[in-house]
Amino acid sequence: MTRLLRDRRGAFGAVILLIVLVCAVAAPLVTSGDPASQRDIVATRFLPPLSTDAHGAFHPIGTDRFGRDVWTRLVYGARISMGVGVLAVLVSLAIGVVVGAVAGYWGGPVSITLLGLTDFALALPRVVLLLLLSALWQPSTALVIAVLGLTGWMGIARLVHGEVRALAARPFVEGAVAVGARRLRVLARHILPNALTPVIVAAALGVGNAITLEAGLSYLGLGVQAPTPSWGNMITSGRDTLVNAPWVAMAPGIALVLVVLACTLLGDALRDVLDPRTRR
Amino acid sequence: MLARLGHRLLGGLAVVLGVVLLTFLLLHLAPGDPVELLLGPTATTEQVAAQRQALGLDRPLPSQFGSWIGRLARGDWGTSIAKGRPVRSVLGDAWPATVRLVALSLLLSYVIGLAVGAVQAARSGSRTDTALSVTSVALFAVPGYWLGLMLVLVFTYWARWLPAFGAAGLDSDYLSGGAWAIDRLRHLALPLATLTLIGIGGAARFVRGAMLEALSQPFITTARAKGLTPRRVVGHHALRNALSPVVTLLGLSLPALFSGAVFVEAVFAWPGVGRVLVEAVQARDYPVVMAATAVSAVLVVAGNMLADTLAGWVDPRVRSSAR
Repeated sequence: MTRLLRDRRGAFGAVILLIVLVCAVAAPLVTSGDPASQRDIVATRFLPPLSTDAHGAFHPIGTDRFGRDVWTRLVYGARISMGVGVLAVLVSLAIGVVVGAVAGYWGGPVSITLLGLTDFALALPRVVLLLLLSALWQPSTALVIAVLGLTGWMGIARLVHGEVRALAARPFVEGAVAVGARRLRVLARHILPNALTPVIVAAALGVGNAITLEAGLSYLGLGVQAPTPSWGNMITSGRDTLVNAPWVAMAPGIALVLVVLACTLLGDALRDVLDPRTRR
Repeated sequence: MLARLGHRLLGGLAVVLGVVLLTFLLLHLAPGDPVELLLGPTATTEQVAAQRQALGLDRPLPSQFGSWIGRLARGDWGTSIAKGRPVRSVLGDAWPATVRLVALSLLLSYVIGLAVGAVQAARSGSRTDTALSVTSVALFAVPGYWLGLMLVLVFTYWARWLPAFGAAGLDSDYLSGGAWAIDRLRHLALPLATLTLIGIGGAARFVRGAMLEALSQPFITTARAKGLTPRRVVGHHALRNALSPVVTLLGLSLPALFSGAVFVEAVFAWPGVGRVLVEAVQARDYPVVMAATAVSAVLVVAGNMLADTLAGWVDPRVRSSAR
């Protein structure tokens, strides 16, 4: 942990994510309240950043075309975007770890089938699938999580498969088998905990990726639906007012880039810290 | 070599078939009936049944799928419900635009990415290296549609230099020669820049890693010991060896690039397969969705196979060890 924070990339990533998470959790405290609140639209819309409206309310990054406070929406949008990203990765993790572990530990036809399935799923164009799935069913936040989770597990399955196969041949696993532990117990208690390092790194990178894709789907109108603010649908609504209120599209994009950057840097730093081979 | 190629072709075909089958199943499992959408709420039960029969939707799914594949193989891709045009001509107009955009940005981003990554690896640890690393990670993190919007804001609305919509101006049909080419290039500039900038981020990051790996090999020490100039050691010995993982990545990054293109095409109204797909999905234009999915799968698989062949060409070791 100390080593992670001493790494400048790790420290930067952790600090950014911490700030965003604290803001998201404490949203009612750091904002003026309801992200959907509209007052007198004509008097309060398109206020530039750092201005105070006729009601005396201060808008640090201005208001959108409905007079809604962009900062408030950004913070509440962080709840949705971060939540979707984390939950989607958890779904991917669950599927990927099970598929990878089973394929790596049992071998034989089970393994060949599962690995074939994984390779096949890897070759599918992910965005095409995302588009199809989210367009054909009624768009909703839960669907976005499911869709992102179901299309993101393959890399993790491959990683876990490789790790489990390497670990299964190690003496301590043979030892556990020799003392009569059941296969499932050996897998769950002895092998998997040792295989988690690369999985954690992949998960950190996956969160950033999932957040970007969520925003992409919402941008196309297929993800989180208005009036619930997500960074993706905020960029969409900002697109329409790009000329007279560029800050509406800029703010969620910058937040998105920062969070994805933080996930990537944290993932990179984690890999270097956790992998003894790259330690210098 | 031929057996290997045959093996790859079969694998690719299996993936394309799988994508098409999956799309077909998803379309039929999804709630919403195309016939009811087509006929509207006033249709009687008999009309719905008749229409279902006319479209072949009353037959069992395997038979429907079989006849779709059969017609596809014979060159009949069906008719777009929303546009009323044959699907073949809809996609025939679209795919060259996507290939142009994706291929050019792939080429540009890897040429620039190679140069940037090589410079970084040669001066690993220096300020230049750090600055370029931060830039490439940041570029890699930027979502394409947002970068596209920001470029539109700067170059179209503020500077008023470049168009932000479509692949050609409204007067394109009346232009000729140089003016036509300039019009095309100006329309290409922003979408291409968006995709390329993001691509450079990923490519440079990977090239740097591959170069550092190559530079730590014993033959580099030998090359240095022989008294070769650093330029020659990096440019000739290390770069050539770093090239083969890079070419493999090139193939693997195609699906991602295509995905990026879907969003970028949506932002710039670029008339490519991605935009056709997004529009068709939103309009529930089933024949177009099926065909566009198939075409995108073929593009991705073909790109992967091309990268595989290239990897053998770049690195003779891959060639000889291949089955």
